[in-house]
Amino acid sequence: METLEQLRDRLLARFPGAEVSVVTNPGPAAQHSLLLGPAHARAIALFLRDDPALKLDQCSNVTGVDWPDKQITDTVRTPVLDAAGATVRILEEKTTRLRPGYLEIVYHLYSIALRHGPVILRLRTTNRTDQVTAPSLTPVWRACEFQEREVFDLFGVVFDGHPDLRRILMWPEFKDHPMRKDYVEPDDYEWEPTPHGTVLEKAKGHYPPPAAGPAAKTEELKN
Amino acid sequence: MSDAPAITPAERDELRRHGILLTSLQELYTWGNSNSVWPLNFGLACCAIEMIAASMAKFDIARFGSEVFRPSPRQADLLIVSGTVTKKMAPQVVRLWNQMPEPKYCIAMGACAISGGPFKQGYNVLKGIDRFIPVDIYIPGCPPRPEALLHGLVELQKKIKGFQLTGPDAPRHLRADSQCDFPVPEFGEHDLDPPANPEVWKAPTIVRTK
Amino acid sequence: MQSSLKSNFSPSALQPFSPSIAGSHVRAVHDEFHGDLLEVSMGPHHPSTHGVFRMIVTLDGETIVKLKPVFGYLHRNHEKIGENTTYLASMPYTDRLDYLCSMTNNWAYALAVEKLAGQPVPERAEYVRVILAEITRLLNHTCLAGFLMQDCGCSGTPLMYAFREREYILDLFEALSGSRMMCNYQRFGGCRVDPSSDWLAGAKKLTDRYGAFLDEFEALLTGNEIIMARTQGVGRLSPELAVSAGVTGPMLRATGVNHDLRKVDAYGVYSRFDFRVPLGDHGDVYDRYMIRVLEMRESIRILQQALAGLPAGPIIDPGAKLRGFRPKPGEAYGRIEGPKGEIGFYLISDGTPNPLRYRVRAPSFVNLTVLEDMCLGHTVADAVIILGSVDIVLGEVDR
Repeated sequence: METLEQLRDRLLARFPGAEVSVVTNPGPAAQHSLLLGPAHARAIALFLRDDPALKLDQCSNVTGVDWPDKQITDTVRTPVLDAAGATVRILEEKTTRLRPGYLEIVYHLYSIALRHGPVILRLRTTNRTDQVTAPSLTPVWRACEFQEREVFDLFGVVFDGHPDLRRILMWPEFKDHPMRKDYVEPDDYEWEPTPHGTVLEKAKGHYPPPAAGPAAKTEELKN
Repeated sequence: MSDAPAITPAERDELRRHGILLTSLQELYTWGNSNSVWPLNFGLACCAIEMIAASMAKFDIARFGSEVFRPSPRQADLLIVSGTVTKKMAPQVVRLWNQMPEPKYCIAMGACAISGGPFKQGYNVLKGIDRFIPVDIYIPGCPPRPEALLHGLVELQKKIKGFQLTGPDAPRHLRADSQCDFPVPEFGEHDLDPPANPEVWKAPTIVRTK
Repeated sequence: MQSSLKSNFSPSALQPFSPSIAGSHVRAVHDEFHGDLLEVSMGPHHPSTHGVFRMIVTLDGETIVKLKPVFGYLHRNHEKIGENTTYLASMPYTDRLDYLCSMTNNWAYALAVEKLAGQPVPERAEYVRVILAEITRLLNHTCLAGFLMQDCGCSGTPLMYAFREREYILDLFEALSGSRMMCNYQRFGGCRVDPSSDWLAGAKKLTDRYGAFLDEFEALLTGNEIIMARTQGVGRLSPELAVSAGVTGPMLRATGVNHDLRKVDAYGVYSRFDFRVPLGDHGDVYDRYMIRVLEMRESIRILQQALAGLPAGPIIDPGAKLRGFRPKPGEAYGRIEGPKGEIGFYLISDGTPNPLRYRVRAPSFVNLTVLEDMCLGHTVADAVIILGSVDIVLGEVDR
């Protein structure tokens, strides 16, 4: 099978004006992916499915990922030279910028006919707040139907062109998107004997903290 | 009744050997009740598989009287809540409980039914079915072995045999003032509405001495 | 709108049926072209839905014209828990996904993490993983045959036989990992405990007598007239739709598509074993049942080869890190051929002890995409059997 760079070049030649770029995966798994822009995503998906060299007929997995806003610090180091040209000291200039967050949908594609894969596609929404649409690939692979509904339910991505976009796992009256990183659960804490970690923070809000020392062992649970 | 001399168990045994059974209405009632507890065919998650295993040949719940698992709540006595109760499923569980006729009992099988279990910190997990319906027996485990379920069933039978038919200690179905219809929670925007039934469950308070 | 067949029918006089019985909400729906349609809600409490699964079925007389599945009654936010726990602490949660087959869930997760971290696995561990996966396949297919036959109306007898065999297998699991169902046995880089020679002898005994049990089971069921009449031609699935809908596992092979990850990906040491992949012709319920029986026979072959060729060596890679496990930033998707289909885990790591994103690709969830297509035109009784043949476990459908 061709490499991802060759595939990208072929796609750019076939669909001029499309946004296709390779996202490298730094870990040992080396599963790199193609980032697609929303305008040509469905046409590219159809091409990937029907192209005789690729024949990616199985969409194995559709995942939603929430990337919250991130503060990125850029450091610029400029050396200060004296009259002779040697470095006296290095000036560091730090600027912080906000990389706005977005929601991402990752598709893992395999070919059953030609037995190769995976080819990984990524689609990103514009932001996490009001522009959360993405093109639906359900008309291309039927397997995306329920999985895109799940991404809509848990992350809030609205898929254009999905035949039946409604909540799948939570009840219809539910208002939040629970898998987002900034989801706050309803405060429903119940007593636990040994709370720790994030649960301890909740516990402190509901029950008085124990006194330190051996005398703290005497506590009664009353109902 | 209070004037009659008490019969010792030895005398009772002697009479029984002659074919005369002396008993009280309470004993007969609780004996029949406890030895024919029919569970509802109700399995939620992993504990349901151990419940099915308990009804199969190796562990055989039928020899304890639970011969048939009824699919309809109208014909069942026992609700074995086996598995995680999610908030989406909770109204249906309460509705099923309401449809079971008295006398009815509830066993919370597994950690998830008792308190939410390993999935407790979850936005869709109800932290224990005892928030909405009264539970008689709690069986810890994840999943509890089928023998543990049988032990729980035997404990329930002991509890039933200890019922008093009259008086303030009578069980729920024999008291005129008890509530038999439990309110079904609604789906709210962020959580169930109400999140718990205050008459059935109260959050435990801690009294720290010293 | 008057239907031409009923002259004295008046929609305004139509009274809806009595209010909801738990799960069996029945109401009359009037449709322009079909006259009266009946909408029945099967589940979430229903003896045959294999867990808390709900199907809203619209009936024209007895024929199904629309079927909408409703999920989420067992949604236990497994993926959110995965983001808040370490990699190793998520291993017990993977047991509870497909709670009948905990060993294969563990293996799929371990495989994904090993891909993510670049962790090698010693040979003995690979053989032990194959042995346990094939025993799990035997367990799952036997239980499925029992449950499917119960849906057909056999009222528990094949289930009794199936669970009798399951108890022998669970004795093996308990001796090895300490727990009957939730084994939590695989680790990143191998397995937790080395099986003893006694255990291996027990596994060999199970393998040797399983063929005789299958003969007994098949003699009762496979050629049975009633089962053939009820399952042949019911719930047909075409190979094109199956591939497009992401269907995997025995359901895909029953339509005739030759796709078994043990041959395609050849993960682990499967390339060393000689086994065949059974394929079906029609894609109906009978084919799916037969594929599973034939797969059980192939599993017995694999088990015999694996038990005979088990090498000595460490059971877990000596360099495997169990505490303080922090894989490098990156992502990986690892999948195996579980008994129900392709079970995969997609993990994104950012260098911290917890994954950034932890996703489970559950085979039962994706296989249910075609449930409506298979059930259209059949009766409610057939829908029960078709759902049974899809082989769902709600723990992984809803996660």
